[in-house]
Amino acid sequence: MQQAKNLKEYRAELREALGDEFLRQAMDKFARFYPGARARAFAGMDVDGLIREIAEAKDKAAARMDELYEQFKAKAEAAGVKVHLARTAREANEIIAAIAKENGVKYVVKSKSMTAEEIHLNDHLEAEGYEVTETDLGEWIIQLRGEGPTHMVMPAIHLSRYQVADLFSEVTKQKQEVDIEKLVKVARRELRPRYIEADMGVSGANMAVVETGAIGIVTNEGNARLVTTLPRVHVALMGLDKLTPTLAEGLRVLRVLPRNATGQAISSYVTWINGRNECAASPDGKKIMHIVFLDNGRSALARDPLFSQVLRCVRCGACANVCPVYRLVGGHRYGHIYIGAIGLILTYFFHGRDKAKNLVQNCINCGACKVVCAAGIDLPTLIKEIHARILDEEGHSAPSTLLAAVLKNRKLFHSLLRTAKLAQKPVASGGYIRHLPMLLAKDQGFRALPAIAAKPFRDLWPRIRPEVKSPRYRVGLFSGCVQDFVYPEQCVAAVNVVAGKGAALDFPMDQSCCGLPVVMMGEIAAARDVAKQNIRALDPGKYDYILTLCASCASHLKHGYLKLLGDDPAWAVKVRQFADKVIDFSSFVHDVLKLTPEDFRKDGGSVTYHAPCHLCRGLGVKDAPRDLMRDAGLDYKPSEEEEVCCGFGGTFSMKFPELSAELLAKKLAHAEATGAQTLVTDCPGCVMQLRGGLEKKGSSMRVKHMAEILAQQIK
Amino acid sequence: MNENRNPVELFEEKAKAVSAVVSKVASMREAVAYALDVCDKKQACQLLVSGCSEPLSEKGQALCETKQQKVIAAPGLSPEFFADLEGSARERGILCIEKGMRDHLGGVDIGFTLADFGIAETGTLVINSNSEELRLATMIAEFHVAVLPQSKIRETSRDLEAELAALTSVQPSYTAFVTGASRTADIERVLALGVHGPLELHILLLED
Repeated sequence: MQQAKNLKEYRAELREALGDEFLRQAMDKFARFYPGARARAFAGMDVDGLIREIAEAKDKAAARMDELYEQFKAKAEAAGVKVHLARTAREANEIIAAIAKENGVKYVVKSKSMTAEEIHLNDHLEAEGYEVTETDLGEWIIQLRGEGPTHMVMPAIHLSRYQVADLFSEVTKQKQEVDIEKLVKVARRELRPRYIEADMGVSGANMAVVETGAIGIVTNEGNARLVTTLPRVHVALMGLDKLTPTLAEGLRVLRVLPRNATGQAISSYVTWINGRNECAASPDGKKIMHIVFLDNGRSALARDPLFSQVLRCVRCGACANVCPVYRLVGGHRYGHIYIGAIGLILTYFFHGRDKAKNLVQNCINCGACKVVCAAGIDLPTLIKEIHARILDEEGHSAPSTLLAAVLKNRKLFHSLLRTAKLAQKPVASGGYIRHLPMLLAKDQGFRALPAIAAKPFRDLWPRIRPEVKSPRYRVGLFSGCVQDFVYPEQCVAAVNVVAGKGAALDFPMDQSCCGLPVVMMGEIAAARDVAKQNIRALDPGKYDYILTLCASCASHLKHGYLKLLGDDPAWAVKVRQFADKVIDFSSFVHDVLKLTPEDFRKDGGSVTYHAPCHLCRGLGVKDAPRDLMRDAGLDYKPSEEEEVCCGFGGTFSMKFPELSAELLAKKLAHAEATGAQTLVTDCPGCVMQLRGGLEKKGSSMRVKHMAEILAQQIK
Repeated sequence: MNENRNPVELFEEKAKAVSAVVSKVASMREAVAYALDVCDKKQACQLLVSGCSEPLSEKGQALCETKQQKVIAAPGLSPEFFADLEGSARERGILCIEKGMRDHLGGVDIGFTLADFGIAETGTLVINSNSEELRLATMIAEFHVAVLPQSKIRETSRDLEAELAALTSVQPSYTAFVTGASRTADIERVLALGVHGPLELHILLLED
């Protein structure tokens, strides 16, 4: 639940979560377990194909939501079920309370429903005088503790067996042993009488199949079976997004949902209920059944060209499972009711700007969620878009507006960087800023920040520009600001690697920052302006490739620009041509220039690798850098969790230094554990983070950009 | 991945992977004997249902005390097989019932039922549970013993789409997919079986 009023309070909550040792360990264990379990569960299956099919089918269903609702209602009501549509959370609560009242209900048992969490159903029913018991073990535990869930599928993942034993001791008024097996049995016995005395069972549903009129419920514990069988009244509550035209589509979701959620091929139980079934507890021997569909903004979402895709979500929780930030702080700090990347988005629509405004800033933009989403939702882009909308609604902050204004004006931006170089003189030594001015230093002590270079790459270029006779490729070099002004030597190294191999390089001076920092700050208008400037500067008609050594720039130039300008008729063609030509350094050297072991010296020492998020996921480049290191005579020692974010995230590390520091510490520990001499990566932002961290630690490990290590090895 | 696999073997492998106990039986008579045997051996020296030996609240304890003898719930059998089962059960002091499950909500030892289909790739039983007695028997039993004719096993849920559509279209109907025992990992992600439903699932693959 989000209580923080501002970013400062939110950060205080994050720091508190970071101090929870058990939470950290539990989340870490799961984060390490999940990727392998998911891969095993999907082994031999066409996962991407399945995900595409689900996305397409869910989009189609969302587009005809109203019609599907009417059809389902007709079908289910023909079987004696009463179907309701609640426009709002309040309406849904009132409908369900009215059903309880008209049936003289006293006790209610519930099986797991995120939709019920969304509308705070328990609070409403309890206020109306009903006794409500959650029967899913995790949900029962958090209900007894008066908390919300911290994961959509594993709601009590943040609690230890000791906490549960204490809680159950209180509930039974008997001392309970700290033994999970026994605690589960205690819950079994304690909950059984609740089902028996209950008059009404409330369940969620994972799908409502329009062609049959049946609802489908996915559970492991089997509690939903008892909830929907024993009491005389059954109320099923679900969002309109659960309407599924055919059983075949429902079965397809079922092939992905449990595999993606927990790595199970299928959950223990899947229950299909159609109509008023036999129920001995009911006066006429048939279940009194109601289905409540919740809108709460879903039909408006269905009409939104960008956000309609959030209705594809099948609530598997995978986006949380792989999120490096969720892993650090847990669900209570990484969502309001809905958790993980999808939670950041849904919070804005279902629970409002106030609950969402801090959360949406806490995305490091590593793209891990997008890759595992069961329905192919572009989660990071939607999170940024919501951040931008909140800024537009609430007003842009001074630093954000300033950054936007500066970046839009390249000459101003670059002259500020040159001035900064002079200003840092008294505090810079050995390439690092030794004493940060107070304004910048706040909480940044976990890493050394680099000094601005004596000469930017743009000033070096006229001198080092290589002459290439009869070139094979015409290549426009995009440096990005970090390599231009902080690490020009990386660009110089790249020139040395590439030039002798038949690529004619050009470095147009009008290029500027790629604009990703302003996207991260939610300044979309400025991001568009900067994109146009860069496309003008590096006219795609002139080049075979637009080469960049920065993974983040590359990913933004290739995918981000299309999102920013693809719908603008004046720019649509140019931006597509531009995006098609953008290539990262490793792919260019490996796939285009096709350098081989003969091009490199041998025995270059041992290296390990950090895969930049925007390279391995943003661009899907995984093999080229690893092959290159091996080809270049380096002893490559893979490290654990090589593709997990280093914690840089550009402006993220300035905004949430405590999280950035933790991610960095993990990353460096894995790298150092390989025993390699050098840590290689493909992005100057990552270099800055990793080098800063190692310098601060006083480690002997070196960090090199791929271009630098290749320049060292090239013959 | 599972091309050319015998669906019966695949089913067995996948069901075992989710902790089901799988055996082959040649006849219903053999299946009946199996159920009796499991009931006999189960907790040989006590009548308690699972969890009743733990320290419970008064309400929890009171429900435990409603169970007085070993019980096999076997709804949905043909009269011939039910008579056979009941006769043998009586000799061993086991109560055998085919209805009145709501009088035994504290728990029964064995739920003995037939399954309608099997999905090999996940080791899943498909059970038409329209009858409330049958539905409850599969939920409140400590051990669920299900008989699945081998001819009813298909490789994937897609191969069973028409049959599933037929089952779930009936109004009213209650169709259950059951894969392994009832499970939870809600405390520290440690797997525990038998949280609300059966602690064990026994599948008898019937030659037919």
